[in-house]
Amino acid sequence: MSDWESVIGLEIHAQLATVSKIFSGASTAFGADPNTQACAVDLGMPGVLPVLNREAVSMAIRFGVAIDAQIDRHSVFARKNYFYPDLPKGYQISQFELPIVGKGHISVSPGEGEHKEIGITRAHLEEDAGKSIHDQFPEQSGIDLNRAGTPLLEIVSEPDMRSAKEAVAYARKIHSLVRYLEICDGNMQEGSFRCDANVSVRRKGEQELGTRAELKNINSFRFLERAINFEIERQVDLIEDGGRVVQETRLYDAERDETRSMRSKEEANDYRYFPDPDLLPVTVSDEDIAQIRAGLPELPEQKKQRYIDELKLSDYNAELLTGNRDTALFFEATLAESPELSAQLVNWILGDLAGALNKAGLEISDSPIKPAMLTQLVARIADNTISGKIAKEVFDAMWQGEGSADDVIEARGLKQITDSGAIETLIDEVIAANPEQVEQFRAGKEKVLGFFVGQVMKQSQGKANPGQVNAILRDKLK
Amino acid sequence: MTLKSEDIRNIAHLARLHIDEDAIDDYVDDLSNILSLVDQMNQIDSSSVAPLSNPLDATQRLRADEVTETNQRDKFQQIAPDVADGFYRVPKVIE
Amino acid sequence: MTRSVIEICAGLATGEFSSVEITQDYLARIALHNPALNCFISVTGELALEQARQADAVRAAGNAGALTGVPIAHKDLFCTDGVRTSCGSRILDNFIAPYDATVIEQFNQGGTVMLGKTNMDEFAMGSSNENSYYGSVANPWNLKHVPGGSSGGSAAAVAAGLAPAATGTDTGGSIRQPAAFCGVTGIKPTYGRVSRYGMIAFASSLDQGGPFARSAEDCALLLQTMAKFDPRDSTSSEQAVPDYSAGLGQGIEGLKIGLPKEYFADGLDSRIAGVIETAIDELRKLGAEIKEISLPNTGLSIPTYYVVAMAECSSNLSRFDGVRFGHRCEKPVDLEDLYKRSRGEGFGAEVKRRILIGTYALSAGYYDAYYLKAQQLRRMIKDDFQSAFDSVDLILGPTTPEVAFEIGAKTDDPVSMYLQDIYTISLNLAGLPGMSLPVGFVDGLPVGMQLIGNYFDEAGLLAAAHSYQQVSDWHLQTPGLTS
Repeated sequence: MSDWESVIGLEIHAQLATVSKIFSGASTAFGADPNTQACAVDLGMPGVLPVLNREAVSMAIRFGVAIDAQIDRHSVFARKNYFYPDLPKGYQISQFELPIVGKGHISVSPGEGEHKEIGITRAHLEEDAGKSIHDQFPEQSGIDLNRAGTPLLEIVSEPDMRSAKEAVAYARKIHSLVRYLEICDGNMQEGSFRCDANVSVRRKGEQELGTRAELKNINSFRFLERAINFEIERQVDLIEDGGRVVQETRLYDAERDETRSMRSKEEANDYRYFPDPDLLPVTVSDEDIAQIRAGLPELPEQKKQRYIDELKLSDYNAELLTGNRDTALFFEATLAESPELSAQLVNWILGDLAGALNKAGLEISDSPIKPAMLTQLVARIADNTISGKIAKEVFDAMWQGEGSADDVIEARGLKQITDSGAIETLIDEVIAANPEQVEQFRAGKEKVLGFFVGQVMKQSQGKANPGQVNAILRDKLK
Repeated sequence: MTLKSEDIRNIAHLARLHIDEDAIDDYVDDLSNILSLVDQMNQIDSSSVAPLSNPLDATQRLRADEVTETNQRDKFQQIAPDVADGFYRVPKVIE
Repeated sequence: MTRSVIEICAGLATGEFSSVEITQDYLARIALHNPALNCFISVTGELALEQARQADAVRAAGNAGALTGVPIAHKDLFCTDGVRTSCGSRILDNFIAPYDATVIEQFNQGGTVMLGKTNMDEFAMGSSNENSYYGSVANPWNLKHVPGGSSGGSAAAVAAGLAPAATGTDTGGSIRQPAAFCGVTGIKPTYGRVSRYGMIAFASSLDQGGPFARSAEDCALLLQTMAKFDPRDSTSSEQAVPDYSAGLGQGIEGLKIGLPKEYFADGLDSRIAGVIETAIDELRKLGAEIKEISLPNTGLSIPTYYVVAMAECSSNLSRFDGVRFGHRCEKPVDLEDLYKRSRGEGFGAEVKRRILIGTYALSAGYYDAYYLKAQQLRRMIKDDFQSAFDSVDLILGPTTPEVAFEIGAKTDDPVSMYLQDIYTISLNLAGLPGMSLPVGFVDGLPVGMQLIGNYFDEAGLLAAAHSYQQVSDWHLQTPGLTS
């Protein structure tokens, strides 16, 4: 394996978050009854014509500006001709020679402290196809054209990635970016964000690219990593056994964790692209671009730098927090009231909260612990109401829905004991009950102090302030 | 430009058109004649001319992003050859 | 029954007859003559009478517009909600359109009465109307001859008095050539002037709808209803529409008219040339200044046109796949069989030829040689016209090189059929407006003269044609149909 290098490029299809379709006034809402959101234009009825959605164009430009790409002042829609039942007109309206977004680039971070620049070849607008349903009828496939005509931005990368890990980092970065830009909801389960991977392998040091396979049907980042790794191994094994990789489309099968050849689409396609005569060239002015640029939200890179500069976060933590727009939004919401607690908040968000979310399979936007709740919890540690250890208990209770930090502290009586009189009483009891250990300590066995702290904390059910306990104990044991 | 019967079969497949085997020769003749007519275009050098795909020098108008269509499935599916449960149906597609 | 639209409007306004009465007259005439002429694919009698009753009610309420209650026939390529729209094809024989084309909507809003849907070459591909699934149409001047195409049914219906006016579409001459063959007046507006929404596409960058009628004056009225910006058609023009009827009287005194020498060269029937020259003399008498011009790339317009039109049609016709509407073959064994047989059975020979050539011209390795080349020549052809219009106001010539030929005369030779379009197709490539009006006869068959205008100068064309029709009576001639 170590003699081999893999070369990976991704084609990402991001459904643009318009309310109507790219060429018609039908709704793009997900999950409607079959064919109830397919209007005459989407159905390719005889005589109908497409008219371009302004918002789709604007969203594409927003993306282009964010990746520092050249925006073509003059772009053209073309027809990609092929027959398939979910493609009503027998052609897909796409862009071929003159896409709206030209060359750009994006920086990704595949691991702690690592950075890599990935080139983006182009991004073009096109219409989505419908869906074929194969399990509804015994002998037939059912066609639902609700999705037909949904605007897509196809983002094509350069073959700049060298491992599945890098590919996933890039895909996550694009995913995060389109969500920051609010041009795509990023829902991979519903197919709003789809990744196809072009994978080839070559011996290290070789300049020429190997024959590539195109992997489709990947609907999560985890599967993207697995599919690419499976495919790299398959290709290397094949070549080492004297075989040859053939250029083909392969479907990823998540259940079997393998890729397999898609025979039905094997025939060489001749798409006969030509400019769509029903649509005219799209022109974009410098003013349009300037206006869109001015309206861009703070992008992940800018946010990350701000976290590093202003909040003094580490590069790694800043990257983790800004990698997902919702995480950053959550963090900023917790920060609003207590900016001085940023370091602790970061630890809670990236530590306990991330762990709990991961375990429950939840997105941060669905977290049962809301930003204000976390802020309160951290504030209670800071003002010595509770100890860090008790805080974990409070966190778990909040997760279970027992209310805010104050609610939990109150209801469970978790307030820290800071009254030195009360603590002294506890300590006196413990000293009295353990004369043997007292002797040991006085004989110079410092370690025994820990035993006493433990006993006192136990007696106080964890509520005694550990610092105070320590100081008073030392005093009394002398 | 002369076509061969194999060319006709290939194009007919691309265009998803059934053509009777015994009609292929006629298509070869007709299409070759049409292509000879078309080849007259080569009389002239146009290499420096910008292609024109639409007669008017206009640019694309953009529409507002608004939902203007309502559900008309029943009306549209009344004229469909085979529908069930709201789906259009075709012979099983194997992927 | 050779009333003009203007006369019908007057009769309806004065109460000489009601819309229901005149509609009944036309329906009776259709019943009598359509069996021999085959102008109509569908006659919508009940709907027509219903619309006529409504029109009469609107008029009685004092809300009549210019065309309220006027009967009209529509080419069977404009989608009509609830009415079969076949496009002359078996593949749409069962197609009840679920919506109205913009043009139909505009006529309905104007209160016109639809008599029926007229016969046409399948998907508007043809110059003789012989490529219709519903059979050829007979030329009312001589039933053995073709009416021209593709809007043959519309032209023949107006010529035979089965409708006072009709809509058509023109992709390479499909309004002007049948207008010439049938001795009626027809205008193809500037590309983008009339909405293409709901007009079943043949070649999207060339198609344009327009009217047929008995005179330029009638055409002005009809075009007023058709020409309008349509937000549903991205190629529709936002340019303001002038009042065509008001502009008719502007005369042609001092007008510079160019005669392209290429339009009077070899291939033109000398008797047609003679008829056209006589008409030119009339125009000279009316004060027009006539001069020779050149459109050097005229000869290349035929190959250029056929590449563009066939490439676009090969893609436009992919939607007819037997899945959502139209003909589906019996018991398809798999998807490929469904596609191939549905389309193979549904399309006629000429449509198949054009789909095949278009597919070939766009396929890998041939795109540059055919499609790209044609687009370059298309610009050269457009440039020819633009430089011509630097020195003239209008261009004039014959509409066709021959008069209507016999049914069957050219069916075995597609190429000779294509050559019929030599004078008409370059306008579609350039997107210019043109019209044909009757100027005489050869062998008892009408001769059409073509006028070509600059972009959006439909008013100028109509005014020039009207001036000529004020001093001639060719447009008033009617064929002697039995009974």
